[in-house]
Amino acid sequence: MTTGTAMTPELIAQHQLTPAEYAKIVAILGREPSYTELGIFSVMWSEHCSYKSSRLHLKKLPTRGPRVVQGPGENAGIVDIGDGYVIAFKIESHNHPSFIEPFQGAATGSGGILRDIFTMGARPIAVLDSLRFGRLDDPETGPRNRRILAGVVAGIAHYGNCFGVPTVGGECLFEPCYDGNPLVNVLALGVCRKEDIFYAKASGLGNPVIYVGARTGRDGIHGASMASAEFTEESKQKRPNVQVGDPFMEKLLLEACLEAMQTGAIVGIQDMGAAGLTCSTCEMGSRGGVGIEIELDKVPQRATGMTPYEIMLSESQERMLLVAEKGREDEVYAIFRKWGLEASEIGVVTGDGKLRVRHHGEVVAEIPNRELADEAPLYDRPHTTPLRRAPMEAPALPEASVQEALPALLAAPDICSKRWIWEQYDYQVRTNTLAGPGADAAILRIKETGTSVAIATDGNGRYSYLSPREGARLAVAECCRNLATVGALPVAATNCLNFGNPERPEIMAQLVEAIEGMAEACRHFETPITGGNVSLYNETLGEGIFPTPVLGIVGLLKTGPPVTIPFRNAGRAVVLLGGVGGCDEIRFGGTEYAKEIVKQLWGLPPELDMEREKRVHEAMRAIVAEGLAESAHDLADGGLAVTLAECSFGPAEIGAQIDIDSDLRPEILAFHEGASRILISTAHPKRVAAIAEKFGVEAPVVGVTIEKELEIRQRGVTLGCWEIGALRAAYERALESHVR
Amino acid sequence: MKFGVIVFPGSNCDHDAFYAVSENLGQKAEFIWHDSETLGDVDAVILPGGFSYGDYLRCGAIAKFSPVMAAVRKFAAAGGPVLGICNGFQILVEAGLLPGALIRNRGLKFICREVRLRTETTNSPFTSAAHVGQVLRLFIAHGEGCYYADEKTLDELEAEDRVTFRYLDNPNGSLRDIAGILSRERNVMGMMPHPERASDPLMGSSDGLTVFRSLLGAGVRA
Repeated sequence: MTTGTAMTPELIAQHQLTPAEYAKIVAILGREPSYTELGIFSVMWSEHCSYKSSRLHLKKLPTRGPRVVQGPGENAGIVDIGDGYVIAFKIESHNHPSFIEPFQGAATGSGGILRDIFTMGARPIAVLDSLRFGRLDDPETGPRNRRILAGVVAGIAHYGNCFGVPTVGGECLFEPCYDGNPLVNVLALGVCRKEDIFYAKASGLGNPVIYVGARTGRDGIHGASMASAEFTEESKQKRPNVQVGDPFMEKLLLEACLEAMQTGAIVGIQDMGAAGLTCSTCEMGSRGGVGIEIELDKVPQRATGMTPYEIMLSESQERMLLVAEKGREDEVYAIFRKWGLEASEIGVVTGDGKLRVRHHGEVVAEIPNRELADEAPLYDRPHTTPLRRAPMEAPALPEASVQEALPALLAAPDICSKRWIWEQYDYQVRTNTLAGPGADAAILRIKETGTSVAIATDGNGRYSYLSPREGARLAVAECCRNLATVGALPVAATNCLNFGNPERPEIMAQLVEAIEGMAEACRHFETPITGGNVSLYNETLGEGIFPTPVLGIVGLLKTGPPVTIPFRNAGRAVVLLGGVGGCDEIRFGGTEYAKEIVKQLWGLPPELDMEREKRVHEAMRAIVAEGLAESAHDLADGGLAVTLAECSFGPAEIGAQIDIDSDLRPEILAFHEGASRILISTAHPKRVAAIAEKFGVEAPVVGVTIEKELEIRQRGVTLGCWEIGALRAAYERALESHVR
Repeated sequence: MKFGVIVFPGSNCDHDAFYAVSENLGQKAEFIWHDSETLGDVDAVILPGGFSYGDYLRCGAIAKFSPVMAAVRKFAAAGGPVLGICNGFQILVEAGLLPGALIRNRGLKFICREVRLRTETTNSPFTSAAHVGQVLRLFIAHGEGCYYADEKTLDELEAEDRVTFRYLDNPNGSLRDIAGILSRERNVMGMMPHPERASDPLMGSSDGLTVFRSLLGAGVRA
């Protein structure tokens, strides 16, 4: 093999490989790498593909459970939902591309995660998006942030709507720290019969390696490495690194792959996502303990004169690699032809465990698969105390008016209705969406069985900045609470860890503590992590984002009419399951009230007693199972008052009159975000109380539903009284006015 | 009765239409691949929603050239009922089986939302089970659903009682609030809202079944 290009320190540094990493490459190969090999190592050993900074700590997460069929390490996690069916799901980030080119960045993010799902043989039935943007109204950065928001939403809508998967939920929050670094995390979920699961594993010496889907172009070269570096002014020049998505092509790929899988002629299959052809070949080879030899001349190409380096590193979208059973290739080709797709045999499975790449017959790369795919450097990066600049002590709280604060909070970007976003998504296609955007948890019925899947995403950067450990625990708890609110039992989780530069010990400390907090909570709530994604280097010009661990948790429930948020009838008892809760001023510092009214961040996130939280969930599920909850909504951002308002925004505009016996300061009572609380309206308060007692959970009746108004009193003194229509207008119109 | 659901590359409401007429309505249904030159023995044809050929050129502009469309024309000419939903409506318009055009929504954004429709005529195989003035709650999900035609065509549609549904709160700027129209022979209907998504009470509304039930009543092939 001719190696050609000289390996200078500059070239190695350009590939974001350290001298030590380069030495390891030389040791593996027993020689200097060729230019193509250097490129291959650089993407496979990038942070994005290798998790070299996080792997050590990710091992702390629980990954096994009675329903887990496939944990981390495959394209998606798989969970048994009974009756012979499984769901495949995973969340992934596309933060960096979405900053550079919002529409295509977000679109291809959706495309990538959808391929991860149908690669496993599952038909995608839902997408959720967890988004973070900078301030929309900032004079300097606002216009750009609004453009990013509009582009990201349009990109997700374009891809999902055309592909034919409903986008059923998610969250969207705003902080200055995301000004130069938006977060776009997309979760996809699919369903299939248990015996139809496919794995990304090559096997069978002599079996053909087949390339299907879009042609390879020069787009997206080094996307994975880009996602593994901080942003600088130069990053804006990296637009060609962002790929362009074609959801129609992906839809054809979906149908063709699922149909081809049914023939039984496919041995293994993997999508070409980050690091494209490189990643799919060496990972499939490594998992199967075999070698793969390919000839690049046979790879369908969009551009002329592409070099081996470019072909191996291209991240062109909508491509799949599969291994078929020798002699049955024609069955596979016939199906791809039917769907108008190109399929080409580009190589063969070999017995030597190596990835061998030829170009015009000449070997241009020869690397052992296992070392390349699984033996990437592993770093125990130093970590100290998590970065935080917020004070612990509360400032002197200003004179409070609950009356004025509630409409202001309802119009705040984090809290206000996200209708402007989700109406751009088709959230119903496939007619499984029993509860969609705006609900505590989305609910998808599985038509083939009597089971429905509930799913929610959560993650609070403010909480996690104040305490990464507690923030991560709270995210797990809230997600599980969302599921319990609709009566679902949480069964498994996926995570997306969005952090800054891990080479800074105080950022690394954020990551370590968040993972440990998440591990603890996932164990407690019995929601093993079955896969996910780590996105590091979320920094622009040296400023990191808030540590933002995002959780996606799935739960199961019996198919039936869903419990929804709005109060439905006047004269019903309003029960606060979990009680009013306590909160001191320190624990008030991460709330939306602190952010929007006090305009500061301090202290610690709300306290969480995981034992009590779990009992609240158990009680809630029992209440739903007995059909006692006419409506239910969990308390989260904005606390009790915001929750009450949201419950009042049903078509009938039923509000409530609430009187609470508490000696908390009025604004703390109304707006604290203490965990473990769910607001229920019921015609059967005694039966609800009996269930709550059985689980050892407080469940005071705090008021009664009434028509057209919401009134909150504390020991008989009115803190605020509002006409529902006016509150609703503030809530519904805010985002659109922020976006303009 | 047997429904044929046409599948174009990029159709994505095909399974939903199939499920609505088979599971919710309890009739026979089969998928018909776009390159089929015949429709077999179906009694009614549904062109489902989706993004045929990605809708990259103009919605429905490529699908009209699919081989199956010749069979659909023949079927329609013989009086067979043809229902185009969303992208199916766009295809029927492009194919010239219905007049007018569907252009970008007034707000230039895709909209997924529940809308209320007023039934304008019951003199059709798609609305005979409704009564005039009956309000149906159905979902729309489209980016290009603004119905447009010249004044003369609009007048003609109204004079000939060919508007089947109008929006009560026009979401997309459709002229004269038009949500659904008939061919002159009244056996071809296009509508932007999705009756198949409102065919199961679990999904929040079963008003859409009215459209399919009407076909059942009228469902003898001419």
